[in-house]
Amino acid sequence: MKAKVYVTIKQNVLDPQGSAVQGALHSMGFDEVGKVRIGKFLELNLSTSDRTEAEARLTAMCEKLLANTVIEDYRFELEG
Amino acid sequence: MKFAVLVFPGSNCDIDCYKAVEDTIGQSVDYVWHTATDLSAYDAILVPGGFSYGDYLRCGAIARFAPVMNEVVKAAEQGKFILGICNGFQILTEAGLLPGALRRNSGMKFICAQTQLEVVNHTSAFTSEYNAGEIIDIPIAHGEGNYYCDEETLAQLKTNNQIVFRYAGDTNPNGSIENIAGICNERGNVVGMMPHPERAVDEILGSADGKRMFTSILNAWREQHGAAVNG
Repeated sequence: MKAKVYVTIKQNVLDPQGSAVQGALHSMGFDEVGKVRIGKFLELNLSTSDRTEAEARLTAMCEKLLANTVIEDYRFELEG
Repeated sequence: MKFAVLVFPGSNCDIDCYKAVEDTIGQSVDYVWHTATDLSAYDAILVPGGFSYGDYLRCGAIARFAPVMNEVVKAAEQGKFILGICNGFQILTEAGLLPGALRRNSGMKFICAQTQLEVVNHTSAFTSEYNAGEIIDIPIAHGEGNYYCDEETLAQLKTNNQIVFRYAGDTNPNGSIENIAGICNERGNVVGMMPHPERAVDEILGSADGKRMFTSILNAWREQHGAAVNG
C-alpha cells in the first residue's frame, strides 16, 4: 500500500518560503495569487494491506516525527 | 564538575563547546556520541550547534530520537544543567524539553553575524554572572532561528520568567516572536538559545561576553554541591 503524506505550515504561522514565492509570482505579473503555502510531500510504501491499521500507524508517524505539530499540519492519502 | 558535549552526525560546534569549557572554566569535559545510553557521570550536558542528520526532514527532528536523547530527558528530570545552542536548541524543542519551535528565518537567509542580546533573566543558573538588562555581544549563525510559540505558551514564558535572552533593540535578525533569542524550562535547568556563547569566550574571537555563561553554570553547580571554591 502506498501512502502520500502532506506536511504544511499551520495557517496562523508565518511561512517565509511561501511569502517569498508569493512575492516572486506577483512581481512576474501573476497578481491573482493570494496566499502561498509551501510544504513537504512524502511518499511511503507500507507493507500492510489493512487500511485501518495503516491509518493508525501513519497518524502516529506524523505526530511523532513527520510533522512538528507546534507549527505544522499534516494529512495523508492511502492508495491501493 | 563534569561536562558532556553531545556529538551527532553533522554536529559542527562540538569542538567549540569543548574548548569553551576547557579554556574558560577548566572543568572536565568529554565528547559523548549520539548512541550513548548513559549520561550519569555528567553534571552538565551541552547540545552543540551544527546540522544533525543533515537537518533532513526538519532541524533537530531526527536527532531528537537518537538513543542519547532518552538520557538527556532523564538528566533534565534530575535537574542537571542542559544547554542547547543553535541546532542544540532546535533538538531540545523537538524533544519537548523546551516549548515552541524554530522556523525558517523571516528574511529567508542564513545569517552569520555578531548580535546584541539583552539579558532578560539574569537569575538563572546559566546567566547569574550577568546584570539585569545587560546588553551582550554574541554571534549568531543560523538559517532557521525564528522562534515561534502560541499565545498561551508565550504568556507562560513571561509569567515564569523563562525568556532568558532577547535580541536587543530592533536587531531581531530572524523574525522571532517578541525578539526571543533564548528560553529556559520552567524549572530553569534547561536552556536553549540560537546565539553561540561558545564562540564568544575570548576577545580574540570578537567578544568574551559568552564566557560568563560558563562561569555562571560552574558557580550554580558549586552552590548546589557546596564544592570547594578551587576545583
